[in-house]
Amino acid sequence: MAKKRDYSLVGESTRIAIETGLASAEWYHTDVARKAMKELMQRSDGPAIRDTIIWIVAILGSAAGIIWFWGTWWVVPFLLVYGVLYGSSSDSRWHECGHGTAFRTRWMNDVVYQIASFMLMRNPVTWRWSHARHHTDTIIVGRDAEIAVMRPPDLLRAALAFTGILDFRYSLPTLVRNAFGGISPDERSFIPEMELRKVVTAARWHIAIYVAAMALALYLWSLLPLVLIGLPRLYGSWHMVLTGLLQHIGLADNVTDHRLNTRTVYMNPISRFIYWNMNYHVEHHMFPMVPYHALPRLHELIKHDLPEPNPSMWHAYREVWPVLIKQFQYEDYFLKRELPPTARPYREEFHALAVPAAE
Amino acid sequence: MADWVEACGVDDVEEEDVIRFDHGGRTFAIYRSPDDEYFATDGYCTHEKAHLADGLVMDDIIECPKHNGRFNYKTGAAKGAPVCVNLATYPVKVEAGKVMVQIG
Repeated sequence: MAKKRDYSLVGESTRIAIETGLASAEWYHTDVARKAMKELMQRSDGPAIRDTIIWIVAILGSAAGIIWFWGTWWVVPFLLVYGVLYGSSSDSRWHECGHGTAFRTRWMNDVVYQIASFMLMRNPVTWRWSHARHHTDTIIVGRDAEIAVMRPPDLLRAALAFTGILDFRYSLPTLVRNAFGGISPDERSFIPEMELRKVVTAARWHIAIYVAAMALALYLWSLLPLVLIGLPRLYGSWHMVLTGLLQHIGLADNVTDHRLNTRTVYMNPISRFIYWNMNYHVEHHMFPMVPYHALPRLHELIKHDLPEPNPSMWHAYREVWPVLIKQFQYEDYFLKRELPPTARPYREEFHALAVPAAE
Repeated sequence: MADWVEACGVDDVEEEDVIRFDHGGRTFAIYRSPDDEYFATDGYCTHEKAHLADGLVMDDIIECPKHNGRFNYKTGAAKGAPVCVNLATYPVKVEAGKVMVQIG
């Protein structure tokens, strides 16, 4: 019987990951000529300014619709649009601007990063560091702070994630705790000492805005201010979960090859706009310097070395479902995706597999 | 007195780019700025062990390929999270078409 995984960032799995060299390891990369990679990495303000204008106009437009039609059923479509823009598309903006790749101009990345962090109820300092760790130690148990579905999978929890309730229940108390100066041991494990003060300051700003929104709601004796600020994290995060769960769910853990633990899925253009092309997720993890708008080009360049992408979200969920069911019995079971004949093979000596993987 | 070491030819590194240079068991990054000047820093990011030579040079900034940490490669100054520790820099001169680095 395999040992239970310990997902704490300061526990037994952490110690093992460090001792075995899984932590901060060298990862597999597909060979890409420097000249081609330099072109792909080039920054440009144009695409992100265009997308951000569309994004802001859509957010303000749908918010105006909510205010205008408040109290009637006509408000529902506006809530759907506003909710997804606020509660889901903010995740990809947070992500890309956190990497500093969306815009060429640094302050533009920083402004959108701060706004998106607020929309997501994420401490902008904490999450910048947790995401750095996620890239260093992707799905390394005991090291990665952003493993969405742990093993054995908690499917009720995964289903509830679509409602945003769990995130809400975690994020808001975390912000309150941070605002009062509380930093958890897990947070201390990936945030440098010199940054801790910033965690508290950022949390206080977020809480101050929520308090102002609640005061306005009380003053107006209306839920409207909270429907516009805060609650979209509940009713609009389903698209973020729908796309985000697919990044790593059901794939290998404790390996050092993103082809084994990360998934690329072809998606429709609307989801790709909301998700800012993060459906090319193997490519993103292998080369996080490449901006979102260049990921389709990177995909074309290296797809010969990657598993075949899932042709749709539906296909990906259907593929992973039996794997999750099997993980109830065998926690070590995972989906091992076939490489094309043109790819460099997985280095099995680095990925000793205790239990046969699903082919 | 630190030695001057030949790192590369002047044309080995493109304008606004960086290459890796290994010497004496250490690794360095050699930069050519958009103004056609040469600079040298330690080769690894101060945040985690990633080769800066795989990163992106933009104006006077080198961005680490792993977590997008940014440094001013002329001064070594760290420009914000996730890099907090400055990068060591080394004197550079060009002689007879060669880029020379003074390694301490």
